[in-house]
Amino acid sequence: MSALLDLHDIARSYVTRKGLFGQRKLVRAVDGISLTVNPGETLGIVGESGSGKSTLGRMALGLETPDEGHVTFDGAPMPSHGTPAWRALRRQMQMVFQDPLGALDRRLPVIEQIIEPLIIHGIDGDHRRAGLTALSAVGLSADHGLRYPHELSGGQRQRVVIARALITDPRLLVCDEPVSALDVSIQAQVVNLLIDLQAARGLGMVFISHDLRVVRQIAARVAVMYLGRVVEEAAATDLFRAPQHPYTRALVSAAPSPGPRRIERVILTGEPPNPAARPTGCAFHPRCPVALPRCRTEAPALSRIAPGHAAACHLLSPAAKVAAR
Amino acid sequence: MKAPLVRIKGLNVAFDGAPAVRGVDLAVHPGEALGLVGESGSGKSVTWLAALRLLPGKAAVQGRVTLDGRDLLSLPTPEMERIRGGRIGIIFQDPSSALNPVLTIRRQISEVLALHRGLSGSAIRAEAKRLLDLVGMPDAEGRLNSYPHEMSGGQNQRVMIAMALAGQPDLLVADEPTTALDVTIQAQILDLLQLIRREMGMALVLISHDLGVVAENCDRVAVMYAGRIVESGPAAALFDAPRHPYARGLIDALPTLEDTRRLAAIPGVVPDPRDMPRGCAFGPRCAHAGPECLLDSPPLRAVAPGRRLACARPDLDLTPARPTPAPHLAEVTS
Ligand SMILES: Nc1ncnc2c1ncn2[C@@H]1O[C@H](COP(=O)(O)OP(=O)(O)OP(=O)(O)O)[C@@H](O)[C@H]1O
Ligand SMILES: Nc1ncnc2c1ncn2[C@@H]1O[C@H](COP(=O)(O)OP(=O)(O)OP(=O)(O)O)[C@@H](O)[C@H]1O
Ligand SMILES: [Mg+2]
Ligand SMILES: [Mg+2]
Repeated sequence: MSALLDLHDIARSYVTRKGLFGQRKLVRAVDGISLTVNPGETLGIVGESGSGKSTLGRMALGLETPDEGHVTFDGAPMPSHGTPAWRALRRQMQMVFQDPLGALDRRLPVIEQIIEPLIIHGIDGDHRRAGLTALSAVGLSADHGLRYPHELSGGQRQRVVIARALITDPRLLVCDEPVSALDVSIQAQVVNLLIDLQAARGLGMVFISHDLRVVRQIAARVAVMYLGRVVEEAAATDLFRAPQHPYTRALVSAAPSPGPRRIERVILTGEPPNPAARPTGCAFHPRCPVALPRCRTEAPALSRIAPGHAAACHLLSPAAKVAAR
Repeated sequence: MKAPLVRIKGLNVAFDGAPAVRGVDLAVHPGEALGLVGESGSGKSVTWLAALRLLPGKAAVQGRVTLDGRDLLSLPTPEMERIRGGRIGIIFQDPSSALNPVLTIRRQISEVLALHRGLSGSAIRAEAKRLLDLVGMPDAEGRLNSYPHEMSGGQNQRVMIAMALAGQPDLLVADEPTTALDVTIQAQILDLLQLIRREMGMALVLISHDLGVVAENCDRVAVMYAGRIVESGPAAALFDAPRHPYARGLIDALPTLEDTRRLAAIPGVVPDPRDMPRGCAFGPRCAHAGPECLLDSPPLRAVAPGRRLACARPDLDLTPARPTPAPHLAEVTS
């Protein structure tokens, strides 16, 4: 089976200005990442603020072009943003963001916004009927469709955004923090909806979130990002049951939960990572409870540590394991 | 039981006639950590803003709030100002409103120290640095000369905690103190709060919409819905066996890392304060509602030692939702 989406060693830098004299500084937001998404599969992306998750999501949709590496969709190179070829592809790849109110036009009834992509992409047919079907697919009534965004609850608005994203019957859906702004009770509705729609339509999905608990529910595979790189990637079950990278272990152990925890709590010390001042060697070493001298100078490569499980840590490399014995 | 440090009794708050808090009773005992949970808009912040007299004039506030038996709502303003930031420290929900962007961290902490501890000169300098060290700020001395915008979200959060602790409070009210922060930083800060609480023997009110955070950091929990407390009790017991259908609903809706059971969503949305349903405010969303639920808003009553419940059907069997195996296209009502 060929991958639906293939990110091959992609990187993206931004120029930022810092300080009084506007020193230009290059921030490598995404720093050499390779990932694939198969049809019908959900890939979860987790990581701290500023680790490059959203940047990765935008490159996956061709909204931004990587400075290095390349993206292929369905086996063909991703066309550049804005070109006719990209626009033609756009109906097959859609996006859902965190803030539904910002994504909607407050002056239009939501049904009109839901069918908008059909018009944009010149898709023929009974748009009204398609709109009503889309509404009911996300659990909303025809009456909801006539309302304006501010007349709906946060969860209902997010469902409108999802309905709009799905109306062109896309094959890839990138969700960037789609439930982060919602209360748990409403969040559960939207998470269930995404799981159901994904299964029913065989969508390939990239699900970006800083909330591990939500990612656990929805993703089959998970990549953990730290300062622009993937530090661990594995099947969700393995990653959450037995996280290997020290950062992933801290992350998993820190997820708040009312129940008993299986993994001993690791409280990190030190500062959150700053993308503008990437530490030398392994970027996690200043906060890492088990760092070796080598970690300060040498960046570990992402390598296979078990079938379907990769991590970037000197302590996890096969050589280190042999030495430890 | 010891006398409570702070007691809130029959607190009502309305904005332009719309009720935001409807008869809240709550006690905080010395040294305890009390969690307050509930959906957005349930009145968690307004309860404590009203208790500390921080609401705008248009808010109609009724009820009694006592600190060691003294009524705060009728206290002269200057005395109230000494209590705020003094015996009661506050970390606000909106961090940007709490720190002044044009003043250095040193200035902001010094003002609190001068006002509430009567310190001056070198004593202030030393204490400001000690406070930043206490909250785990690296390079505390250097950071004192920084402005809020020069620091990360986590660092500003630490400064706010340091300022709230500057008056050596007996109670710290922390309103969503870590919501905007990354998980690992959140864990770091909550850990720190616990440590300081134990060292200083301080009581903590932790307001959060995250049940996991409250469960892990509090001795006791109160669950709010539509301006009322619907259930309260020891954290472990309440999360283990909630008695109110809303509390049960919140727990079942929470995803966990342990498994991938289907999340149980609570249908519907919180009621509009201007258009409260008859009887129990949760009634329209409650799977267990009966005719008796339409009659009156049920009062909060003791149902077991340390546990209180506001439900017209207090003896419901609320065994946890069973996992739904096969995914299906659910018709979500709301
Ligand atoms: N358009 C841009 N111009 C300049 N810098 C940018 C731009 N977009 C992102 N960055 C920088 O790139 C880095 C990664 O940002 P990104 O938004 O991808 O992170 P993220 O993981 O999505 O974070 P969050 O969890 O906060 O959403 C950050 O340092 C950010 O400041
Ligand atoms: N200054 C105000 N003027 C008018 N209404 C207000 C004001 N402050 C709060 N409210 C209303 O009071 C109710 C309770 O708000 P409150 O901020 O206490 O909720 P909360 O439980 O803290 O929610 P969140 O989790 O979103 O912080 C809401 O309906 C809110 O709209
Ligand atoms: Mg982002
Ligand atoms: Mg609040």
